[in-house]
Amino acid sequence: MFSRDSWKEIFETIQKNKLRTFLSGFTVALGILIFVVLYGFGNGLINTFSEFFEDDATNTFFVFPGRTSKPFKGYKSNRQIEFDNSDLADIEESFPLFLEYISPRVDRSGLVKYKNESNNYTTRGVSEAYQFAEKTIIMKGRYLNKQDIKEKAKYAVIGRLVEKDLFKNEDALGKYIDITGSVFKVIGVFQDDAGDDEERRIYIPYTTRQLIEKNTDKINQIVIGFKPEIGYAGAMAFERKLGDFIREKKFIDPNDQRGFFIRNVADQLKQNQQFAGVLQIIVGFVAFGTIIAGIIGISNIMVFVVKERTKEIGIRKALGATPKSVISTILLESVFITTVSGIVGMVLGVAMLSSLGDSLKDYFITNPFINMGTAIFATVVLIFFGGLAGYIPARRAARIKPIVALRDE
Amino acid sequence: MIEIKNLHKSYQMGKNSLHVLKGINFSVEEGELVAIMGSSGSGKSTLLNILGMLDELDEGSYTLDGVPIKNLNETKAAQYRNKFLGFIFQSFNLINYKTAAENVALPLYYQRVGRKERQEKALKYLEQVGLKEWATHLPSELSGGQKQRVAIARAMAAEPKVLLADEPTGALDSKTSYEVMDLIQKINDEGNTILLVTHEEDIAHMCKRIVHLKDGVIVEDKKVDQVRAEQYV
Repeated sequence: MFSRDSWKEIFETIQKNKLRTFLSGFTVALGILIFVVLYGFGNGLINTFSEFFEDDATNTFFVFPGRTSKPFKGYKSNRQIEFDNSDLADIEESFPLFLEYISPRVDRSGLVKYKNESNNYTTRGVSEAYQFAEKTIIMKGRYLNKQDIKEKAKYAVIGRLVEKDLFKNEDALGKYIDITGSVFKVIGVFQDDAGDDEERRIYIPYTTRQLIEKNTDKINQIVIGFKPEIGYAGAMAFERKLGDFIREKKFIDPNDQRGFFIRNVADQLKQNQQFAGVLQIIVGFVAFGTIIAGIIGISNIMVFVVKERTKEIGIRKALGATPKSVISTILLESVFITTVSGIVGMVLGVAMLSSLGDSLKDYFITNPFINMGTAIFATVVLIFFGGLAGYIPARRAARIKPIVALRDE
Repeated sequence: MIEIKNLHKSYQMGKNSLHVLKGINFSVEEGELVAIMGSSGSGKSTLLNILGMLDELDEGSYTLDGVPIKNLNETKAAQYRNKFLGFIFQSFNLINYKTAAENVALPLYYQRVGRKERQEKALKYLEQVGLKEWATHLPSELSGGQKQRVAIARAMAAEPKVLLADEPTGALDSKTSYEVMDLIQKINDEGNTILLVTHEEDIAHMCKRIVHLKDGVIVEDKKVDQVRAEQYV
């Protein structure tokens, strides 16, 4: 069955029926190519999703003030809620079991100057704990510490790109910069995985910011890190209790959704992971459909091929071809074509994915890839069904009486 | 060489059964050139198909070169066909994507003859039918007469016991028909047994024996003086 002679016979047939060979090969190659590319795109989407969250800690709540929408306990509706330093202390005191760290966040943007260079940056007043929330990486110097907050030190930690913009090739450490009229000493330079925007920020102690702003005790937002070991359910419970606590303290109607907002990163992460999972299933389904379409395509072509060759099969049988040799010739031919073109399609697809890399990042596809196991499995499935698709009509053709096959025009 | 006794064959046509061959008794000796004649529907092609193991008999017995031919499965039938029989068809039945030489070599492929030997033999038989220069041509590049000669070379290549020809001149003009008959006669002269189905009187008289079939029975079986086709070529 696998003698050199029968292979020669098969190659001759393939060579002399180029259109037929091309059609069936093309179907298979295209099927595998589309499968690999689609599947890779699915993985790329998931990559993008996880990247969104990787640069920030996921055990974080952001609490934003809002305006009430309902009157409550003598307070009118549409009242602006504000947070101040006492809220920080109260929250810290009330939730020792859940809380890992807490930091305020006071954003101001304005002109920052060093010698002749100046630019507009966002300056963020935070406490020392904020480093965990943003996963800020210190390149040189240090981050703000408790002492700096307490002493309302005029220290600044600047982003990598701030240093690049203002200091050019100079070392910023220990130098003084002018932030909207106040002079700060640069004590650290950081980088952040989230990209350029994050690296054009300046962190200063929130107490210093409050001092500059007429010694106020107001803060914009509160960032809370919870202990990772409380898990997802614990985080949800914490979020609920925190909400109740703030509502009570700020006299907000329990049913008022607008007095303040809590952004629960863990919950968002979970939702996004679920979304990515659903996407993966959809992409997998489409890819599976492509394979099915490929199998149907190759089956159709094989049925057509056998139909077209019925007379030839009759002639061969009259000349002494046994049913086995008829089947094996057709089967080997179809398996050979599907194998070669399947591998071509797979290699092309994988090459396409790896050449894409990050170029589709704008379309939420990052580093699309397919693991070789999946790609090879799909190819083998297609080859197997291609062979099966060839076998069924071949067997039928081999059973046709030669006299009937010979009559076929 | 061929021994047929009380052969019956009927076809199922919907509800009706069509009794095509109604008890044929018939034998052929080695080296004979027999024409089977009859009008259409007389059963002559059916008889030839059964002789060629392309169709099965319902009743009776068929012995070919001392081997009883019955209850053959497809594989066995294929092997016997390959070993015992060479076919020549009215419509030539060459494989259109194979060259003349490859077509001739095909039965040898199924005999598992080596590639080199196949090619040599194919060329030898093509030379016998006068088409050696056409060896590398495709059937589409050949005339009708040339195609039939390639088909004859192919039938000869397996060196069969019996050559079966089904209207070998049916698709050819008279001049080409005589050329083909001349070739068949010469092959017969070398001692090959040939059975030939035809409905043309002049072709039948170029054989050595004529069997007349009518409505599924043999009505006449006579030896004739062979007319040589050579004189018409």
